[in-house]
Amino acid sequence: MKRRSISIAVASLVSLAFAGTALAQKKYDPGASDKEILVGNINPYSGPASAYGSIGKSIGAYFEKVNADGGVNGRKIKYISLDDGYNPAKTVEQARKLVEQEEVLLVFQPLGTPPNSAIHKYMNDRKVPHLFVATGATKWGDPKNFPWTMGWQPNYQSESKIFAAHILETKPNAKIAILYQNDDYGKDYLKGFEDGLGDKAKSMIVSKLTYEVTDPTVDSQMVSLKASGADTFFNITTPKFAAQSIKKAAEIGWKPAHYLNSVSASVGTVMTPAGLENGVGIFTASYLKDPTDPQWQKGKEWDDWLAWMKKYQPSADLKDVNNVYGYTVAQGLVQVLKQAGDNLTRANIMKEAANLDMTLPMLLPGVNVKTTADDFYPIEREQLAKFDGKTWVLFGKVYGR
Amino acid sequence: MKTLDRKWIWFWAALLLVGLCVLPFLVKNYRVFQFNLVLVYAVAILGLNILTGFNGQFSLGHGAFYAFGAYTAAILMAKFGVPYWATLPVAFVVCFVFGFLVGFPALRLAGHFLALATFALALAVPQLLKYKKIEGLTGGVQGLVLDKPMPPFEFRFLDQPLSSDRWLYFFTLMVAALMFLLAWNLLRGRVGRALVAIRDHPIAATAMGINLPVFKSLTFGTSAGFTGLAGAMGAIVVAYVSPDSFTVQLSIFLLVGLVVGGLASIPGAIFGGIFIQYVPNIADELSKSAPAAIYGVLLIAMMYLMPSGVMGGLNQLWARLRAKCTG
Repeated sequence: MKRRSISIAVASLVSLAFAGTALAQKKYDPGASDKEILVGNINPYSGPASAYGSIGKSIGAYFEKVNADGGVNGRKIKYISLDDGYNPAKTVEQARKLVEQEEVLLVFQPLGTPPNSAIHKYMNDRKVPHLFVATGATKWGDPKNFPWTMGWQPNYQSESKIFAAHILETKPNAKIAILYQNDDYGKDYLKGFEDGLGDKAKSMIVSKLTYEVTDPTVDSQMVSLKASGADTFFNITTPKFAAQSIKKAAEIGWKPAHYLNSVSASVGTVMTPAGLENGVGIFTASYLKDPTDPQWQKGKEWDDWLAWMKKYQPSADLKDVNNVYGYTVAQGLVQVLKQAGDNLTRANIMKEAANLDMTLPMLLPGVNVKTTADDFYPIEREQLAKFDGKTWVLFGKVYGR
Repeated sequence: MKTLDRKWIWFWAALLLVGLCVLPFLVKNYRVFQFNLVLVYAVAILGLNILTGFNGQFSLGHGAFYAFGAYTAAILMAKFGVPYWATLPVAFVVCFVFGFLVGFPALRLAGHFLALATFALALAVPQLLKYKKIEGLTGGVQGLVLDKPMPPFEFRFLDQPLSSDRWLYFFTLMVAALMFLLAWNLLRGRVGRALVAIRDHPIAATAMGINLPVFKSLTFGTSAGFTGLAGAMGAIVVAYVSPDSFTVQLSIFLLVGLVVGGLASIPGAIFGGIFIQYVPNIADELSKSAPAAIYGVLLIAMMYLMPSGVMGGLNQLWARLRAKCTG
């Protein structure tokens, strides 16, 4: 009898021990171990888009802070960031280096639509997470066909739908002129805008003109757009052209209701060169806290960001919104890794990336990060803002979702 | 003595061949992919070398021919289901004709003016590729995603499978060898002498009975054909084309590769290919803040150490060693 009870006790102990190991079992794919997590990144540090290099650097600086604070679930993040010069052929090479040579767990934040298009299929064939890509194209949220790719920022179409909604609310009989960059970015914005206006698109849009990213100026387009007699202007341009168009509109005395895409909503690189007084009254949409906006320059969130900037990126520009962007998106990834716990497989990373519901300190109040198994668009809310000659002043409700 | 020399040459050539065949099985697929790009760039530079190095016509627009070749291959593969290997001759012919047509009016433009005219071509190409009416064919700004060719048979060596990249390595190696042989045959004979004569003294060349317009346009066509074929191989290797892959920078890089490798040197093209493939990577590893500046410094250092390119430098070194041995 005694012996039997002992054997039962031993058996139950053994089974308990097994259950215990089963619970604490750690699962790893290449790039993850007890000590570290390898995160790959591709950024244009050289070439035509090198202004965005600060995003790659600020992400690295944020991971340094995370590591200094003890890492994620006890693991350090090892960040490997490579330059592709915004050349898709080079992006393919670097993505392969990250996956095949460095064996990273995931590729995080490659920048630009053409470079990401070049590796879209490769990443999905390889089943390596292609996470939070730094482009607003709408095609990144397609979990059915590309379950390993996910976007991050509000996509271009949902942003232009917000502008369309505002125009329909405030000026239902507007005559709209549009200037857009002749590539997928410009066309994506245009499509969202036309969809947003719905049946009225045909009658409301009176003129659509394009420019090439290699053009020296957009002066002649601005003159023709004014001549079309439009009273509303949707400006789908990148920073250099945005500054030119705002300046030209003022020079030729054209004062439409002016909607500027968020791609160029930077005080430092667009509004200042365009002439601050010329930009008064322009609308844009945003989801991040602009570091030049005095209303955000206080409180814990700001202090944390500033302390991080001073400690980990002392030479970086405090006015550059890319440093807010990099900080925020890096926090997004850290949350995914935290949720994944000890199950650091690539499949589980995607599962947790599609299971987010949070706010982040440098997102605007009311803007959240939310994903589900069939919603691969993390940020979809934005708020409209109006330029007052110094900074963007937010107004109205938070649009989207 | 002479027979011994020859024997050694055979020995080294055989060793090189074995080395080239074993190489892809010693490294990871990603490295093999880089080797493929080196071969592709080498052929592209070889094409430019025929025009600029041997014939003295400057082109800042060879990226355009590279792009045409790449798109020819991509459209044939993606839209018409043509097998990848069959696209190469088509790309050669298309670019030859296109190059000939560009070369014809370019006859009236000498030196710097030709360089500017071809530069304009390179500037125009990315925009032309985005043109709305041909979007159905070119994929517009989104470009075309291609399937990687699968190896035709299974094979293992040194415990490594013959992957798609390794298969492509042998494919590009063979095509590149063929193109180099072709160039060698073309340039070491009468045609080559005629080209050099046109470069060095066009009036004397005409006096000797060389038909200047025909030769110059044909050279332009051949050069474009070589570079276009390289573009087609590049599209197959990278498995993606988009207008942004073929910016003006590509043309400039090809010219850089040409000068670094050595003008009017056939093997120099290989060194040029190595330079444009690897030096940007080195620059990126040295500094994230200013890779372009590092690239510039490396380029200047290179030109300072070897003013006549890698091949020129090697020849000089060889001559010096010889002089030391005999003297």
